[in-house]
Amino acid sequence: MDFLTKLTGGKRGALEIAVLLVILAAVLPLTLDIFRLNLVGKYLSYAFVAVGLVLLWGNTGVLSLGQGIFFGLGGYCMAMFLKLEASDPVSTKIQSTPGIPDFMDWNQLTALPAMWVPFKSLPFTLLAVFLVPAILAFIVGSAMFHRRVGGVYFAVITQALALILSLGIDGNQGLTGGRNGITDLRTLLGWDIRTQSAQYILYFATVVLLVACVMLSRLLLAGKMGKLLLAMRDKETRVRFSGYNVANYKVFIFCLSAAMSGLGGALFVLQVGFISPSLVGIVASIEMVIFCAVGGKLSLIGAIYGALIVNTGKSLFSETFPDLWLFLMGALFIGIVMFFPNGLAGLLDGFSQKFKKAARVPLAPPAPVPAIKEEAQA
Amino acid sequence: MASNTNYLLAVEELTVSFDGFKAIDNLSLYVDRNELRVIIGPNGAGKTTLLDLICGKTRATSGSISFKNRNILGMQEHRIVRAGIGRKFQTPSVYENLSVAENLEISYPSGRGIFGCIAFRQTPEMRERIHSVASTVHLFEHLQTSAAILSHGQKQWLEIGMLLMQEPELLMLDEPVAGMSPSERERTATLLREIAKNRSLIVIEHDMEFVKRIAHKVTVLHLGKLLAEGSMESIQNNPEVQHVYLGH
Repeated sequence: MDFLTKLTGGKRGALEIAVLLVILAAVLPLTLDIFRLNLVGKYLSYAFVAVGLVLLWGNTGVLSLGQGIFFGLGGYCMAMFLKLEASDPVSTKIQSTPGIPDFMDWNQLTALPAMWVPFKSLPFTLLAVFLVPAILAFIVGSAMFHRRVGGVYFAVITQALALILSLGIDGNQGLTGGRNGITDLRTLLGWDIRTQSAQYILYFATVVLLVACVMLSRLLLAGKMGKLLLAMRDKETRVRFSGYNVANYKVFIFCLSAAMSGLGGALFVLQVGFISPSLVGIVASIEMVIFCAVGGKLSLIGAIYGALIVNTGKSLFSETFPDLWLFLMGALFIGIVMFFPNGLAGLLDGFSQKFKKAARVPLAPPAPVPAIKEEAQA
Repeated sequence: MASNTNYLLAVEELTVSFDGFKAIDNLSLYVDRNELRVIIGPNGAGKTTLLDLICGKTRATSGSISFKNRNILGMQEHRIVRAGIGRKFQTPSVYENLSVAENLEISYPSGRGIFGCIAFRQTPEMRERIHSVASTVHLFEHLQTSAAILSHGQKQWLEIGMLLMQEPELLMLDEPVAGMSPSERERTATLLREIAKNRSLIVIEHDMEFVKRIAHKVTVLHLGKLLAEGSMESIQNNPEVQHVYLGH
């Protein structure tokens, strides 16, 4: 198998990517106004988390209910850079300490906290968007997977971490902007991100990076790693007794999914213009798992459709029945997991297999078993 | 402290206790290079527990296990495997979602670390090994077959093949012929004798006919203790062993 086939996932994979690109890069931009397209861009930034969850939950069998942590960390890193740029001494001259973000001034801070200083640099920020989530995932993952914590325990612990982080951000108003989050972000190196043209550019950048993440994941899964992850889900002990350190593989995929989520968070901030602890917490984290479940936890492309469909449903439904949305979301999750464990992608596969079966002559039954027995008795 | 021996595997004064119940009780056992040792014993004698202790699945309470004069007690499972010990489980443990060839490929000792795995490429040597191991375990015709549709006996062979891919110096097999037809047992006996020509084997088995056919030396465990050890003949004529097996 050559590199290109691995990257796209064969003929069928290439077709899937082409259809996705036509929808995201042609149909939606041509039919939606910029306000709606910007919303789609926001949903696509969640799709990075969903794609990471396909690797982590679908392929590695580890369910994390705290992916919002990594999305949020990536987002906060980006927001800190943008906020510092928006808080130059000229535009903040009415503050008692000009040159620091407005919420710090409101909280009687008189100097920029040390944690914020490196975020004056864009290269540092771009690295931090990936590395901060990945390093946290490495610490949490190493602590748990090497002790063989998994399944429900892992899910509950990650959920608790999401709660801790969102409360921590909430409670440190002077440092993080508290419950309001970091708002009023304006420019990236002088480029106004609030203009229509910027929003178009950021939308297309999101589409390109998202497809890049899908292709990177496909490349990884097409190689030995894919087989090994499949083997781990099937018989983890056997893999361990074939000389593999299973925990290292789980840590690696956890870090990778965290880095992808961080990228999604950064793109969210660039397109939406703010970040707040509500995007880090439990509800946000569970919503992201639902995007992945609806699309199909084994389908990288499905996860993107899952994020788009659920979010579109959310904005349509919550406009009319705001109080009922969470109940519907819960019901959707339970229904999908119980009746369609492989989500929309699984449904589609089921249909196409039925179609193929009807079109083809029935397969001859595989008959290796009796063959060898005859040979043995002879 | 473990004594320095020429044995491949030296288990000395090994004890494991689960909430006070000693599943293995002060057991010492030595396995030579190229030896085929069979461990027998009634249910609950501690046979499987002994293998679990050697391969690191269960932690010992006290005692020592050394492999090639190197203490392996307390080492992580994958490190014990890399040191040269392979383990086959009682129920066939193969990857049903993969083909026979892929099952063997994953067991090939290369690309075991994360980055090695990402950079892993199939080599001609690896393909050759897969082919030769597959013919050894009578699965050459089925390389592209999904492991899920193999017969029970073929799954057992595949797992033995997966162990052979690792080129272990010590192979531990837990009831390799359980559920096999008489002709499959025959072929497995030939296979094990063949394998033991250049490595050591520890086999747990209940089928005495099968044991007679393959064993160089037999160890009898009873209630976690060593009851008898020697040739199959001497074991069969041992009154203590007869008592344990036939009851009062």
